[in-house]
Amino acid sequence: MLAELPWALEAGLKAACVLAAFLTLPLALGQLEHKLMGHMQGRLGPMEAGPHGLGQLVADGIKFAQKEDVTPAAADRPVFRLAPAVALVPYLVALSAIPVAATWVAVDVPASLLLVLAVTSVGVIGTLMAGWGSGNKYSLLGGLRAGAQLVSYELPLVLAAASVAMAAGTLSLTGIVQEWSWWWLVWQAPAAAVFLAASVAELQRTPFDAPVADSEIVFGPLTEYTGLRFAFFLLAEYAGMVLMALLFTVLFLGGWRGPWDDAGGGVVGVLWTLLKATAVAVGFLWLRVAWPRVREDQLQRFAWLVLLPLALVQLAITGAGVVVLG
Amino acid sequence: MSGLDVLFCAVALVTAGSALLSVTSRQVLHAALWLVVTLGGLAGCYLVLGAELVALVQLLVYVGAVVVLVLFALMLTRSGGVPVVTTVPQRVAAGLVGAGTTVVLGGALLSAFGWRSVPVDGASNEQVAATIFGTDVWPFELLSVLLLIALVAAVAVARAPVGGQDDPSQRPDTPPEIEAVQGDAS
Repeated sequence: MLAELPWALEAGLKAACVLAAFLTLPLALGQLEHKLMGHMQGRLGPMEAGPHGLGQLVADGIKFAQKEDVTPAAADRPVFRLAPAVALVPYLVALSAIPVAATWVAVDVPASLLLVLAVTSVGVIGTLMAGWGSGNKYSLLGGLRAGAQLVSYELPLVLAAASVAMAAGTLSLTGIVQEWSWWWLVWQAPAAAVFLAASVAELQRTPFDAPVADSEIVFGPLTEYTGLRFAFFLLAEYAGMVLMALLFTVLFLGGWRGPWDDAGGGVVGVLWTLLKATAVAVGFLWLRVAWPRVREDQLQRFAWLVLLPLALVQLAITGAGVVVLG
Repeated sequence: MSGLDVLFCAVALVTAGSALLSVTSRQVLHAALWLVVTLGGLAGCYLVLGAELVALVQLLVYVGAVVVLVLFALMLTRSGGVPVVTTVPQRVAAGLVGAGTTVVLGGALLSAFGWRSVPVDGASNEQVAATIFGTDVWPFELLSVLLLIALVAAVAVARAPVGGQDDPSQRPDTPPEIEAVQGDAS
């Protein structure tokens, strides 16, 4: 699409596009969460800032920027101050490898699925740094919970993604969507369920939000954060949701391909991707409204005794399918 | 020097520097965090050398899982914030071991390739897969079995009865019996 541009200009433009998406999509999702939760709970949600409350998150951002940036006396200063960046940057890198249409991908590398999974797994270091660096017992407990949870759920997440990669015979996200056909919705359904549950746990969202359980350990690793650093952690959470919704769309829902057999190269493909990803993201939000938090031991049992065997069975099914059909 | 050489030197310097900081850091948790940078830098080295798959697996397994477990263990104990005190003989011994390993590895590389430069041609992902699951499938499967045995053994050790005697009350998975407390109703 941009083949005639010089290399540096093309790279710069793509980086700018990814950054713009990284800054706007999480905000849109946050606004959607405000309004959706409001209407699901029989209230209006934010209404004052802008028409129908549309400017609420901008107002929140201005409020965060004005707040004092406090570093606690007991904190490990460099670790505490660097943690939000470590939590945020991996999602930005991962977003650049997600294809939103056949030719709309910032960086198309041969093993982009592995790249996305590997890079997002680094984000947990930021949470652990926040938990330890804050010098606060609630932060430490939250950090411990986050570490245990993310290591446990990483395995089913990767195995579910590996099942799709096996079915498509490629590690490239664009390649996976090109190979995808509608009956994968049935064939890969267990993997999709595992991936969805594991990604909610990776994002530390309800019902797997034990690391930030506000009624037990204040706000977990984020307890001591104020102002912009806290906002960066929030941005990381919503950027993570955007990324996981897009990744789920690409892996399990056929990405940019619509119900009619089109190539989905242009804007229509982007619209399909965004539509499907929005549906997945609404699912994330719905879980938060509908379900209570699971206990820490239930959470670990669920990962190791339900998700992991299910993912392994799915791998066997996929393997059998590939051998029979291939 | 080509652009790739410059890039490799930069990544290698970051890796070596953070590795030095990791072993000289006085706080164990800082050492672990420098180890994150070192392992990430190593992944960068692999990437520059064209081994994309190895680099990404390095990131996924070492940074995403192994160091997270290390950090988790450090946070569980109280050793995270306590400065490490090592004696001079300990440091000298560690330095000797490090220097010895460097000499052995460097010597092996030099005797294998000499001083001439070797073209960088990292195998593609398909080639790596074909080698692991084709040519070298038996050693690979043997290693998997070894890892499986280690895993089962670790679980067995963790669940072993305390004190070596198989007393049902000593098993970690049986809940301690709670004596019913009679409330003073009057």
